Amino acid sequence: MVVAVLQYGFLPLALPAFSSESLLDKDMVQSAKDKQNPAVESHEWLGKLKELGQELNRDKAGLIGVVLITALVLMAFFAPTISPHDPTEQDLTARLAPPVWYEKGSWNHLLGTDHLGRDVLSRSIHGSRVSLLVGAAVVLLAGGFGVVMGLIAGYLGGRTDAFIMRWIDTQVAFPGLLLALIILAVIGPSLTTVVIVLSLNGWMVFGRMTRGAVLAVRQTPYVEAAEIVGCRWPRVIFRHILPNLTSPLLTLAILEFARIVLAEAALSFLGLGIQPPATSWGLDVAVGKNYMFMAWWLVTIPGSAIAVTVLAINLVASWLRLISDPQEREKQFARHMASKLRRHMKLETRKEPVSS
Amino acid sequence: MTAAPEAPLLEVEDLRVYFYTRAGVVQGARGVSFSVHQGETLGIVGESGSGKSVSVQAVMGLIHAPGCIEGGDIRYKGRSLLDTAGRKTQRIVRGKEISMIFQDPMTSLNPVFTVGTQITEVLRHHLNMDWTEAHRRAKELLELVDINAPEKRLKQYPHELSGGMRQRVMIAISLACEPQLLIADEPTTALDVTVQAQILELLTDLQQRLNVSVILITHDLGIVAQLCHRVAVMYAGRIIEVGTADEIFANPIHPYTRGLLNATPRLDVVTERMVSIEGVPPNLISPPRGCAFSPRCAKADNACDKAQSLTDIGENRQVCCWREASK
Amino acid sequence: MTPSAREAPLVRVENLSVYFNAGRAGFWGQKQLRVHAVEGLGFDIFPGETLGLVGESGSGKSTTGRAILGRVPVSEGRIFFRGEEISHADREKNRQLSKHMQLVFQDPYASLNPRMKIVDIVAEPLLVHGRVKRPKEAVETVSRLLERVGLPPDALDRYPHAFSGGQRQRVGIARAIALKPEFIVADEPVSALDVSIRAQVVNLLQDLQAEFGIAYLFIAHDLAVVRHISHRIAIMYAGKIVELAPRALIYDRPVHPYTQALLSAVPVPDPPVQRARKRIIYAGEPPNPLEPPPGCRFQSRCPFVDRHCVQNAPPLTEREAGQWAACWNC
Repeated sequence: MVVAVLQYGFLPLALPAFSSESLLDKDMVQSAKDKQNPAVESHEWLGKLKELGQELNRDKAGLIGVVLITALVLMAFFAPTISPHDPTEQDLTARLAPPVWYEKGSWNHLLGTDHLGRDVLSRSIHGSRVSLLVGAAVVLLAGGFGVVMGLIAGYLGGRTDAFIMRWIDTQVAFPGLLLALIILAVIGPSLTTVVIVLSLNGWMVFGRMTRGAVLAVRQTPYVEAAEIVGCRWPRVIFRHILPNLTSPLLTLAILEFARIVLAEAALSFLGLGIQPPATSWGLDVAVGKNYMFMAWWLVTIPGSAIAVTVLAINLVASWLRLISDPQEREKQFARHMASKLRRHMKLETRKEPVSS
Repeated sequence: MTAAPEAPLLEVEDLRVYFYTRAGVVQGARGVSFSVHQGETLGIVGESGSGKSVSVQAVMGLIHAPGCIEGGDIRYKGRSLLDTAGRKTQRIVRGKEISMIFQDPMTSLNPVFTVGTQITEVLRHHLNMDWTEAHRRAKELLELVDINAPEKRLKQYPHELSGGMRQRVMIAISLACEPQLLIADEPTTALDVTVQAQILELLTDLQQRLNVSVILITHDLGIVAQLCHRVAVMYAGRIIEVGTADEIFANPIHPYTRGLLNATPRLDVVTERMVSIEGVPPNLISPPRGCAFSPRCAKADNACDKAQSLTDIGENRQVCCWREASK
Repeated sequence: MTPSAREAPLVRVENLSVYFNAGRAGFWGQKQLRVHAVEGLGFDIFPGETLGLVGESGSGKSTTGRAILGRVPVSEGRIFFRGEEISHADREKNRQLSKHMQLVFQDPYASLNPRMKIVDIVAEPLLVHGRVKRPKEAVETVSRLLERVGLPPDALDRYPHAFSGGQRQRVGIARAIALKPEFIVADEPVSALDVSIRAQVVNLLQDLQAEFGIAYLFIAHDLAVVRHISHRIAIMYAGKIVELAPRALIYDRPVHPYTQALLSAVPVPDPPVQRARKRIIYAGEPPNPLEPPPGCRFQSRCPFVDRHCVQNAPPLTEREAGQWAACWNC
C-alpha cells in the first residue's frame, strides 16, 4: 500500500499537464512553435504544447532556461557518445594542458586537462550525468516522502499533524553536515550515500510546504463536497487535494533540484560524496583547487557548469511559477499587449490610453 | 424630484473599454453613453457582465492593464477627463469632486490604520487641512453618517467595527471633500438585509440634505426604486434603456427590462413559480454585432441582427430596440 | 405538496446547541471562550416538504445545516433521522448517511473541483458508494442526471471553468441527487447567482421535489426567494429560532418584531409603493456571540423590550395553528 501510495502520490507530481515541458526534446518545442507542422490539431495535448510554446516566446528568460536545461539533459543522456575522450583515461604526457585558445593548447583537449591528463571537457560532460541523476533521484525520493507526509499531516490534523510537524522541526534543527558524516561513517562514501543523505535532509521542506497548501485547500467547498458525498480520506487527499497542489509543488521541486545540484557539488568537494575515478563537478572543483593558480580552467570549467545549470533551473522555475498562476499569466500577457499597443500608437499618434 | 438644469455635471459619450486577455479581447463596455445632472441620482442597473462597474471605473480612472479605454469621452463640467494633458487636474477632480464608495467594506478599508487616520488622510491630501482641523471635520463627518460616539470610533481599527459601520465610514470618507458627484458601486450588496435598510435610509437622508449627485450601481431593483430618480439599464456592455424610475418600473419597454422586472420577486405579490429569463448572457469576447439580447428574446427576428442604437422615444426616455422604438 | 403533520418527521432536531471554541481569556487563560453559534434549536422536517431557514450573517443558519449533516459536532441536544439518533455518529456512520442526505453549496465557482471533468464529479457519489466499479460504467446514469437538471449532453467531458454560475450550480445539484437522497440541505444555493437565473435553479429544485419527494432545508437570507419553495419558514436570530410558521402566515401576519423588521427591510421594486412604505428599521447591533445575554437575544434592538425580556429568554410558543414565536410581548 505504501508503494502504491508513493507511486500514486508523486504521479501527479511527475506528470501534470505541462511539467513535461522542461524535459522535452528541443525538436518538439521547435515543432510546437512551427506553425507549418500539421499536428493532430484536435489533440488537446498538442494544443496545450503550442500554447506553452507561445508563452515561452514571450518570456525570454524562461526560454533561455528551457533551452539550457534541454541541452543539459541531452548532453547528460548522450554523454558517452559526444564526449571526445573517456573521462577516466589518463594521459600523463599531457598533464595540465591549457584550453585550446592558449598557445600550448590543442584541439585534442578543447578545455585542457587536469593533473592526471584527463580531458576536462569529457569530465564535465560526464559530470552532468551525476548532477542531474542525483538531483532527480533526491527530488523524487525526498519529494515523494515529504509530500505524502505533508498531505497526511495537513488533512488529518490533530495529533498526527503535531507529531509530524515536531518530527520535521527536530530534523531541521539537526545539522546536515553532521548527518552526512555519520552516514558516511556507516556506509562509506559513494553516489548512494549522497542520494540518501540529501534525501534525508531534503524532505522536510516538501512536508512543510505541502501541509501549508493542504490547510488552505482543505477549506474549499469542493473538498467539503467530496467529504459530504462520502469519500474516504485517501480518496479526498489524492484525488481532490493533491491535483490542486501541483503548481506550487512543481515550483518547489524544481528549486530544490537546483539546491540539490549545489549540495551534491559541496558534498563531493568535501570528499563525502562521489569518489574518484568517477567524475562530478564538485569533485573536479575540489581537485582543481590545488592547481588553481597554475591551471585556472580546472576550477572554472566545472564551476561554471554548476552555475549555468543552477541558473537555468531557476529561470525555468520562475517561468513555471508564472504560467501556473492564471492571474500572473494574464498580467504578463497584458504587459506584452500594452507594450505592443504603445508601439502601435506611437506610429499612429493617437490619444494615450488612461492606464497608468 | 429635482428639475434638471441645462448642462449635465458628468457626461459619458460612446465609452469603449476593452480588456486584452489571453482568451481574447473582452469588450467590457461597447459604446456607453449617459449623463448625470446636478442633484439627481442615476441608477445603473445590470447583472454580472453588463459593464456597469467597468463604466464607472473608467470615470474614476481605475482601468489598468489589461484594460484600456479604447474610445469615447468622459466630460466632467465640460472638461474631458481622458485628456492626457490635464492629468494633474484630473487627479484633483477624482477624489475631491468625484468620489466613490466600493462594494465590500471589509476590504475597502486599510486594516492597519485607524478609522481616524483614513478619514483625515483624505482631508489633509485634498484640502490641505492641518491635523486639528482635519480631526474636527472627521468627527463631524462621522456624526453626519449617524455613527454614535464618534470620538471613540476615530481611534478604532476597521476590524473592530461591524459591516454596516464600516460602510458608513466609507461613506464618510467619500463625503469628506464635499464632492459634487458620488459614485456608489453596489454599496449594500455585501451587507445583511437589515443593515442594508439602515444604509439606504442614510443615503436617502444624505441625498435630501446635501445637494450631491449620485450614480448608484446595483443589480437590485428594489434599491433603485427607493433611491433613484433616473435609471439606465445595461446589458452586455451597452445601455439598453433609460428613463425616470417611475416610468421604467411602471412601463418597461425593452424585453430585457421587462424580463428583469418579472424575475425580481416581490414580497407584496404572490406568484406560484418564480420567473426567469431563459438562456445566458453573451460572451463578450466576440459579442454579436446586432442586439445582444436577441438569443433570449421571444420576439427576435432577422432585423435584430443589425447594429442597434439607443434612440429617443419621448422626453427623458431612450431604448435600444428597433421594434420598440418604431412603435 | 403539503405534508401531513401526522406522518413521522424525516429529520427531527431537539434542543440543539453548537458551540465553537474560540481561544482562552483571562490572565492565566482560565476562561474558555466559546462562540454560541446555535442554541436550543428544535424543529421537524417532514418527508417531501421544504423548511426555509432564514437569517442574516451570524444567525447560525449554516451551522444548523452542517450540524444535521454531521459536519460540525453537536454540543448539546439531539438530531434524529428517520427516527434514528445521529447526533454523535462516527465517520463511518456519516458516510452511510451520506447516501440519504446531501448538500448543495452556496458558491458554484468553488464547489466543483476545477481539475475534474463534469462526468467524474457527478459520478463520484456512485463510485464511492459502490454503485459502479469504474467511472465508465456510470456514464449513462450521469447523462440522464445531467439531462434532468437541464444541461447539454456534451457537458460530460468538459471542465467546470467552461460553464456559467447557473450551470455549475446545476452540476452541483446533479451530484447531490445522484444517489436519490431523501433529504437535501440547500445552503444559500442562489445567493451567488444573477437575479434572472435564480428562478431557473429554484424551479429545478421544486420540480425535483415533486418528482422524487426530496425534503429540503432551504437556507437563505432573502425572504423573497424562500417564499416560492418553502412550505414552512423558520426565522433565526443570533443562534435561536424566533419564529416558525407556514409560508402564508409569515408573510401576511408576522408576529415577532424581528420578522417584521426583516420583511420591512426588503425593498419592493416599485417606486411609488416603496417610497410610501412605512419602513421598520431598528437601530442597534446583534449580541456578542461569545457572551450572549441571558434573556432574549433581540433585546438590544427591540422596541418592545422590558425588564422581563432582559433576564428571561422567551420560549417558542404556539400562537395560531402551526405558527410559533419566541417573544414575551407580542
